[in-house]
Amino acid sequence: MSQYVLRRLMIAVPSLLGISLVLFVVLALAPGDPFSELATNPNVPPEVGAALRAKFGLDDPIYIRYLRWLAAMAQGDWGFSFVSRMNVDTLILQRLPTTLYVIGSAQVVALLVAIPVGVFAATRPYSIFDQIANTLAFIGFSLPTFFTGLLFILIFSVTLDWLPFVYSSDIKATGIRWLFEQVRQAIMPVMVLGLFQAASMTRFVRSAMLDVIRLDYVTTARAKGLGQAKVIVKHAMRNAMIPVVTLIALQMPAVFGGAIVTEQIFRIPGIGSLLISSILSNDTPVVMAVTFVFACLVVLFNLIADILYGWLDPRISFR
Amino acid sequence: MLDKELKAMIDEVKDGRMDRRGFVQRMLAFGLTAPMATQILAIGGVALAEGPSVYKPTKRGGGGALKLLWWQGPTLLNPHFATGTKDQDGSRLFYEPLACWDPDGNMKLVLAAEIPSLQNGGLSADGKSVVWKLKAGVKWHDGKPFSADDVVFNWEYARDPATATVTIGVHRDIIVEKVDDLTVRILYKKPTPFWADAFVGAPGSIIPKHLFAEYKGAKSREAPNNLAPVGTGPYKFVEFKPGDVIRGALNPDYHMPNRPHFDTVEMKGGGDAVSAARAVIQTGEYDFGWNIQVEDDVLLRLEKGGKGKTVYAVGGDTEFIALNSTDPNTEVDGERSSIKTKHPLLSDPAVRKALSMLVDREAVKKVIYGRAGRVTPNFLNGPEKFVSKNTSWEFSIEKAAKLLEDAGWKAGADGIRQKDGKKLKLLYQTAINGPRQKTQAIVKQACQKAGIDVELKSVVASVFFSSDVANPDTYAKFYADLEMFQIPMSQPDPAQHMRRYHSRNVATKENKWQGVNFPRWVNKEYDATIDAAEAETDMVKRAALYIKANDIMMQDIVFIPVMHRLKVEAAANTLRPVVSGWANETDNLFDWYREATG
Repeated sequence: MSQYVLRRLMIAVPSLLGISLVLFVVLALAPGDPFSELATNPNVPPEVGAALRAKFGLDDPIYIRYLRWLAAMAQGDWGFSFVSRMNVDTLILQRLPTTLYVIGSAQVVALLVAIPVGVFAATRPYSIFDQIANTLAFIGFSLPTFFTGLLFILIFSVTLDWLPFVYSSDIKATGIRWLFEQVRQAIMPVMVLGLFQAASMTRFVRSAMLDVIRLDYVTTARAKGLGQAKVIVKHAMRNAMIPVVTLIALQMPAVFGGAIVTEQIFRIPGIGSLLISSILSNDTPVVMAVTFVFACLVVLFNLIADILYGWLDPRISFR
Repeated sequence: MLDKELKAMIDEVKDGRMDRRGFVQRMLAFGLTAPMATQILAIGGVALAEGPSVYKPTKRGGGGALKLLWWQGPTLLNPHFATGTKDQDGSRLFYEPLACWDPDGNMKLVLAAEIPSLQNGGLSADGKSVVWKLKAGVKWHDGKPFSADDVVFNWEYARDPATATVTIGVHRDIIVEKVDDLTVRILYKKPTPFWADAFVGAPGSIIPKHLFAEYKGAKSREAPNNLAPVGTGPYKFVEFKPGDVIRGALNPDYHMPNRPHFDTVEMKGGGDAVSAARAVIQTGEYDFGWNIQVEDDVLLRLEKGGKGKTVYAVGGDTEFIALNSTDPNTEVDGERSSIKTKHPLLSDPAVRKALSMLVDREAVKKVIYGRAGRVTPNFLNGPEKFVSKNTSWEFSIEKAAKLLEDAGWKAGADGIRQKDGKKLKLLYQTAINGPRQKTQAIVKQACQKAGIDVELKSVVASVFFSSDVANPDTYAKFYADLEMFQIPMSQPDPAQHMRRYHSRNVATKENKWQGVNFPRWVNKEYDATIDAAEAETDMVKRAALYIKANDIMMQDIVFIPVMHRLKVEAAANTLRPVVSGWANETDNLFDWYREATG
């Protein structure tokens, strides 16, 4: 087992290197430069822009810049933001708790909705419940988050005036009141993201369950006289979860990507909105760092998924 | 106006036979406005009075929280590194300049004790030096006294190329010296009629020497206070998360009486203009929304029964269509739009004139800008003193068509006019932005009716406005026939704005397209007029020169002015914000207050 994990980690290193190289080259070749605002400012002589470019090594060849970035990264130096003139890791760490809170809650909501609904729908295929669940799921994943986000704002903030639509990263209240405010402001973004996730996941859980439920060993379990609940939870669900785990694990990093839109709509100061504003201002060190973090997440969650397989189904041995 | 009359009037003010207000009103009758009238008084030897303050509260604090919404959040808090107005706005919450501009373009004292004038000896007669007296007893937020040393330090800090400040251009060519602890003198190399540049307004904010002295030059980035400002302003720094939120709390030692009104201030960043307008005007979640670039009918809809309203400030920002003087489709020595070429179509004055007639500014105002725009025949639209009255504009498809017809441009089988085998086909580019694309559509339609084929192109703003040498789509490269945008006029003086189109500033491959004369327009008369204006210390003659410069531009049709744009802000009904078209939104923040009842 530990050997397997080690081997997988060894494979991860070159793939991350490859990813970082591709990212770096793409960013270096992308149009726009971080000091563009200086160019339209009549107070700034062009020499200043040129001096800044030289100072930050932007005029050096790409491979030198890449090697410099790699060397710094290896020492834990993530570089610094051209726009904020502060260290990138500080910037990311500032945003991380908010992202984890909102995205994490959304993911939990998605799981809490998808698994019971999916399982229940699969045990009674084509029942009224199943059909309603299916219809809602189809509607759910056909509506993009920017649409549902706006719809929620119009209903719950503008018309009903129940919820705030500007997310505040630090609420001044304390104790219960703080908790209440935290939850209140997160309801809309969490629901928008969570329900979107839940919709597709429900369909997935349902079909995985359907596949398993027809297998002989489930029939055997029933024939032995086990109760319906025990058969479903202990025997069928465990096996049905294997493909679901893959989906969730692979979706984790994608959720960060999907959250970009939601974070923008609700002004959530998370990683996604950091990425967007950095892309718009051509703040390449930040874009590089954030996308690289995403890449690491993809690799990491793949690894976690592989390990989970073994736990869910011991027949999948680590070789 | 005659010089003589003006001088007589200034003398009357000096002798006390006419009061200042009477003078300003007379000037208004001559087509000038208050900002420049007061500058004229200053040059004429009458000390400037401060603009009247609208501030009502009679005690410090008690205004509760002020919640500001900036849809682009400030990303750093050092005014010398502020690359955009958002950063200047954020820094200005804590740092202060010597003086700022009020809504009428009057100078307002902040850290200075008096406004320099000939009378008080602050201005020299030759226009080559300015003496600023500083307020006594001003303290930095950490309790250290503010003094002339701080002002001199800011100059040294900013002019050092290694510090890499964006304010270097203002400080590079001046000398700042300490006279005594509360007096500084600025020396200019040549007579400088517009002396209120360094240390004035949001970009002129002053940072403390005792915290930044170690971080001058190459170490500038390492200063811990770049992100944690210690200033002299009405609010003390509490917290900053770049791009997200800035918090400040009332400064109990603030140097202005009864100010500030609010106990805390919060500036939240991010999102977009429409939802910012909604959060202020419709739901009232925030008190003030910055730079609400939203179509007017949307704002009108939000205002119905809402908790806020829109607020406008008049400045000198002009949205224009620039006409390329050079040929974007021919390469000379590997350079397109080379100054060595002439535009094959636009070099015909009839075509330029026809194009100007095909821009329906009235329609653009009605359909797009609404209350946020004014129709104008001029490139230079403010302050009023510099605005030409000699110009006019008209929209007429028939006249434009006749003009082209008479000049020999005959319609071909496809309805597109041509002459000598050259078809009237133009590429019209701009940045991606709702109002701009709509304007493009309006212009294209009119052109089509007159037999001009216009191809529209829109470029992402971050690319269009970038200085990236490798990118062909920047406004400075101008690889198109027409392009539309605006260049913000950041001071109530046109010198900086008009200097750009001097022929020495033409954007070329040689200067890596960093030259700011992007239409590549060369006109000797214009050059001479601008040069003369920059050395002219007589304010009246100087204004006449800038009016002439504008008229030369309009005669040649280098630019087709589309709209004189106002600043649009959203404010809660109870909030009394003070915003100036000549300053940043937070520049007059110390004067903001909330009315007890809306």
